[in-house]
Amino acid sequence: MELTTVWFSLIAVLWIGYFCLEGFDFGVGMLLPVLAKDDTERRVLINTVGPVWDGNEVWVLVAGGATFAAFPEWYATLFSGFYFPLLLILVALIVRGLAFEYRAKRDDAIWRRNWDWALVVGSFVPAVLWGVAFANILRGVPIDSNLEYTGGFFNLLNPYALLGGVTTLLLFLTHGAMFIALKTDGRIRHAAAQLAVRVGAGAAVAAVAFLGWTQLETGTVASGLAFALAAVALLAGLYAATRGREGWAFVGTFVAIALGVAGLFLGLFPDVMPTSLAGGASLTTSNASATHYTLTIMTVVAVTFTPVVLAYQAWTYWVFHKRIATHHIPAQTPVASGT
Amino acid sequence: MDMTDIARWQFAITTVYHFLFVPITIGLSAIVAGYETAWLRTGHERWLRLTKFFGKLFLINFAIGVVTGIVQEFQFGMNWSDYSRFVGDIFGAPLAVEGLLAFFLESTFLGLWIFGWDRLPPKLHAACIWLVHIGTVFSAYFILAANSWMQHPVGYEYNPDTGRAEMHDFAAVLFNKVQLVTFPHVVLSAYMTGAAFVTGIAFWHLRKAKEPGDVELYQRAVRTGAAILLVAGLGVAISGDAQGKVMTDVQPMKMAAAEGLYDTESSADFSLLTIGSLDGSQEKFSIKVPGLLSFLATGHTDGTVQGINQLRDEYRQKYGQDPGEKYYSPGDYTPVIPVTYWTFRIMIGLGLLGAAIAGWVLFATRRGRIPQSRLLYWGALALPFLPLFANSFGWLFTELGRQPWAVFGLMTTAQASSPGVSAGQALTSLIVLTLLYGVLAVVEVRLMVTYIRRGADPVEPPSSDEPGVDKPLAFAY
Repeated sequence: MELTTVWFSLIAVLWIGYFCLEGFDFGVGMLLPVLAKDDTERRVLINTVGPVWDGNEVWVLVAGGATFAAFPEWYATLFSGFYFPLLLILVALIVRGLAFEYRAKRDDAIWRRNWDWALVVGSFVPAVLWGVAFANILRGVPIDSNLEYTGGFFNLLNPYALLGGVTTLLLFLTHGAMFIALKTDGRIRHAAAQLAVRVGAGAAVAAVAFLGWTQLETGTVASGLAFALAAVALLAGLYAATRGREGWAFVGTFVAIALGVAGLFLGLFPDVMPTSLAGGASLTTSNASATHYTLTIMTVVAVTFTPVVLAYQAWTYWVFHKRIATHHIPAQTPVASGT
Repeated sequence: MDMTDIARWQFAITTVYHFLFVPITIGLSAIVAGYETAWLRTGHERWLRLTKFFGKLFLINFAIGVVTGIVQEFQFGMNWSDYSRFVGDIFGAPLAVEGLLAFFLESTFLGLWIFGWDRLPPKLHAACIWLVHIGTVFSAYFILAANSWMQHPVGYEYNPDTGRAEMHDFAAVLFNKVQLVTFPHVVLSAYMTGAAFVTGIAFWHLRKAKEPGDVELYQRAVRTGAAILLVAGLGVAISGDAQGKVMTDVQPMKMAAAEGLYDTESSADFSLLTIGSLDGSQEKFSIKVPGLLSFLATGHTDGTVQGINQLRDEYRQKYGQDPGEKYYSPGDYTPVIPVTYWTFRIMIGLGLLGAAIAGWVLFATRRGRIPQSRLLYWGALALPFLPLFANSFGWLFTELGRQPWAVFGLMTTAQASSPGVSAGQALTSLIVLTLLYGVLAVVEVRLMVTYIRRGADPVEPPSSDEPGVDKPLAFAY
């Protein structure tokens, strides 16, 4: 396999990791006002992802860094082209990250309510905009022969891309609800499981429409297969949720997101950013890539260290595998007893 | 202002802001790890109290450092796309490696440390914060390797077919001679920053403490902090001196600009301060140390230091007309002299002052003394800000002193920005991020002050997680 293909695959893996992991973080954040009735319940929800959200978010930073290193032209065109969506995502990720750390630092209802909103909006905005961004990449955007994006902001808000945004939004909501059902106990656990099935039905409809549309426009046999299996995994997950099998239900949405994203990348290959302009130039794995030397170095580093990272991240999930219920939340403000 | 001006302002604001939190993260993670290790070794409660107290302050600081770091990762592509295209083959690699080796390590093990007090055996728990610290140092290494390449590009070839710089020697990039002096300078100054933070805060509490246990606890914190500050300060001076020699070699214009030395001179003096015309080209009053500039640049008091005028002629011959001219005064290939002159001095002055106060603190607290000097009290309160702002001025000097280049000798700043991004877009981004950062600064400082005032609460040693007992979490958000 060519190194450019290896790196296209690795970047796909990084995005899959990001959406499968931070997907449920986003879901948990958005479900805060829906599933929690009081402050203790809100804290139960937040603490299901408390120890892991930051590690999950690093996946997108590494995806960005890897794109910069392996496909500099892709990084340059994408980031300068999708300017406002990325700015919005940046602002969202900033306020959301601080919300986790700062919310519990004052025992003050207004302070906490403000950070709750930061968490909800900070989760909602990227959950929608990543879908919009990926749909636009697949659909093709105006890129001229100098590899510059010429489309502006409103060009990105087309029906297909908006459907992509709705799909990621609903999928992450479902995924988050499945995660909450798996990680909590008591009233929230049951409320989350019920909600997961209801939102999941909507997510399934949106996903079938979006992935089907994608398959018609840019699909290959491989992407079609991935999309079909993603649909099966999602439906199996929803079925497991109705039967109270929370572990399998979460695996279902996890695999569905992984295969859905894999299918998008399979449909994209060998382009990385196709152009929609007649006289424009598409960015491909070959014309956007770094040199063979750089890709070789990067491959050695990635092959050596990725398994280590996966091992300690997996270990973290094992350390914090216990379910959390309202009686686990320390009564006093955490500053008095904990760190 | 055109797009490049706006992008430069955004880069300066977001990077200086980000780098207020980074050195505290690097330095304080090591100190907190040291306190936790001391607790494990001695079993004495005061070390655990210090671990938890400075651990809380560390987390308040870390959170904002992390989220402002995301902007750094994105803005190369957003505002500097031509730069990214030109250098991506080289510059991207350390950034990607930084993510894989450092960011995962820091964030994952910090999560384990914050929530793991009752979940992990004590030694493993302490290992987590050490791993966080190692992650911060890895992070510093790779991002500084990337920056050092901009100061002194090595290990690459320009490919006229692709129109970009292409890497052929990754080891040369990682062990760039600029990097080998910059990395110790930056990491040691981060230790100074973390130590100054600890010393200043602990000193303030020491003066208020009444309980004998509290007095002793803050005394230990003051003395460990001041000792680290002093030792690290010595290292910063030594590595900074080495940096000066390397800079004279690879970026002689920056050294000339640091002094405002217009004409080549042997036995060049170093002025402590100068009052001159606004562009720095005429001098009205100056206090000078004879031969010191020559010593800083070459290691000999009679060494020859090249002047701005001679270097400018040399660069004109070598690189042709300066394409980035409009950004810089007073002419071709010259950074803004008053800026480089003063940032260089303020950096050194703040660093030296910090180390001097640390020395005084150590002396004044010897053998259990509680210093009563008002001057020292105010000095100690100022202490956390001295290395902190020295860092900012150091970076302003390094980056502005490289101008007009983005990559020295290869690409000017004016050539580096995104051609597809309008001034309006860039301005929106600048305004949004600046306002957001301003609000966050207020929130962060107020929260920090609240927790500093609380001081080191009494603690109970963490109990391990017994099977079959359903206790509340040791820590929860």
